[in-house]
Amino acid sequence: MAWFRKEKKPKEAVEKQTAIPEGLWVKCDECKEIVYRKEVEANLSVCPKCGYHFRLSATERFEMLFDNGKYKEFANDIHSCDPLEFRDTKRYRDRLRVYEQRVGKGDAVLCAEGKLEGVSIVICAMEYAFMGGSMGSVVGEKIATAIERCVDKKEPLIIVSCSGGARMQEGILSLMQMAKISAGLARLGSAGLPFISVLTDPTTGGVTASYAMLGDLNIAEPKALIGFAGPRVIEQTIRQTLPEGFQRAEFLVEHGMVDLITPRAEMKGALGRFLTIFRGN
Amino acid sequence: MNGDQTQFEEPILKLRRQIEELSATDTEPGRQAEIAELQKQLIKVSDDIYSKLTPWQKTLVARNAQRPYTLDFIAFLFDDFTEIHGDRKFGDDPAVVTGFARFRGTPCAIVGHQKGRNTKEKIFRNFGQPRPEGFRKALRAMKLAEKFKLPIFSFVDTQGAYPGVGAEERGQAEAIAMNLREMASLTVPIIVTVIGEGGSGGALGIAVGDRILMLEHSVYSVISPEGCAAILWKNSAAAPEAAAAMKITAPDLKRLGIIDEIVPEPSGGAHADPARAAEILGPVLEKNLKELLKIKPALLPEERYKKFRKMGVFEKG
Repeated sequence: MAWFRKEKKPKEAVEKQTAIPEGLWVKCDECKEIVYRKEVEANLSVCPKCGYHFRLSATERFEMLFDNGKYKEFANDIHSCDPLEFRDTKRYRDRLRVYEQRVGKGDAVLCAEGKLEGVSIVICAMEYAFMGGSMGSVVGEKIATAIERCVDKKEPLIIVSCSGGARMQEGILSLMQMAKISAGLARLGSAGLPFISVLTDPTTGGVTASYAMLGDLNIAEPKALIGFAGPRVIEQTIRQTLPEGFQRAEFLVEHGMVDLITPRAEMKGALGRFLTIFRGN
Repeated sequence: MNGDQTQFEEPILKLRRQIEELSATDTEPGRQAEIAELQKQLIKVSDDIYSKLTPWQKTLVARNAQRPYTLDFIAFLFDDFTEIHGDRKFGDDPAVVTGFARFRGTPCAIVGHQKGRNTKEKIFRNFGQPRPEGFRKALRAMKLAEKFKLPIFSFVDTQGAYPGVGAEERGQAEAIAMNLREMASLTVPIIVTVIGEGGSGGALGIAVGDRILMLEHSVYSVISPEGCAAILWKNSAAAPEAAAAMKITAPDLKRLGIIDEIVPEPSGGAHADPARAAEILGPVLEKNLKELLKIKPALLPEERYKKFRKMGVFEKG
């Protein structure tokens, strides 16, 4: 390597936690206004000043979407192990422990059944707080199980994506989950059952390149980052700064990849309308 | 930099040079025997080195520009190949070749990633990194194969799908996702062979099949070792560690239940003797095709689903 080239250090990923930081007041990531925490929460975790959508946990998502916040979780007895005995600067096994304690045993997706606007439905909601919502064997298995349940019970499926992509610590096994889930969705489609993909900030990598883009409808939350390659990877490839708004939900609508953008407050209503229309009544 | 393949190949190259020099003057008595002896040594040394390659060294071998590419395997193993172009939507992607041919008499479709050898070719082929058009062209060819009931041979050899602005605008993720779903439902046999680099979603985008074969020194991974190192080690120079940690070699994937068969390579790797590499692959493809042709076409998607459904390792309870 040339001696005069400046060693480029990759920027450290800023690990955003889900939901709203602890405390009485919160600072909005977007408009930087200090807002009263309770006010934000009452507003479905959307900033009352600028409309910025804070990240939701999987359970918050369920409470928002299922009628009366009532639902039954399933496939929650599946847990990540460490099939590759993967170790980077830390052991994967140890990382899992930490996340399980901090976030819960559900890994990066929770699956639940209940009613949405009276329609019996299965929803899978990704949990970004668990290793960036990364998709490994457990996410693949849980979603595959959810799809099979939908086929068995003739119920529609909604997957709310929020993920950085495949989980590197499970190597090729993570990659294959993309094929596994997509193959399942093919069967769901042949059974004539609706699949609606809800894309939230962020949805990138292997999750986008499989189920998140395969919805009969792809519905995004405002300004959600949605893409295949991460913005930093693209910047390194083209050696240019990316324009404002690149890979945001609005950009994807403009390029025909997403059907519509729906603010959080209107999401349930929109989903309900589509589901009843698709059912033919 | 740890990117120099010739380092571990040095003893092999040295022997090859000696043999070449001696061959130039082989009229002298006793030379033939000397050459034969060196050739024996060459095989021994090559086999020895290649049996002990680290995952990172395998990555370098998989990327060797003298390795046979998709078009080379087509030339060696197929007859009457005619390439088709374009996705009928936006353009043609030279990083993916598609076409129709005969394999030992059987009409078939072929899709595969294509890299270039010299600078001009490399740029033309975009270093084997497909844009959305490449995946869509491949799907178009595969749908035609289904329509005409032709088996599909897919050859995987890419560092990954191209991470560019245009690729994002035109739906790189959607193109790959669509292939995963549609390949799962095709009612014709699909035989996938990883011949070099199996790089992430860009590889998987043409790799959902009934049989997944891997050449002995090829690699297949969720992200490139450099990419993984940059994210988890915060330093792309840790690529050799990442390569080892991710378990990307053919034996690893066989053990994890991802691939069906490892196809041996000639002594010193496929790049040492591309013709021989194809000669070894040919009968393996033939055997797998014969097996798949026995399955009722309508049952193939179900079998394929079961195959991928099983992939993954987790704890229950």
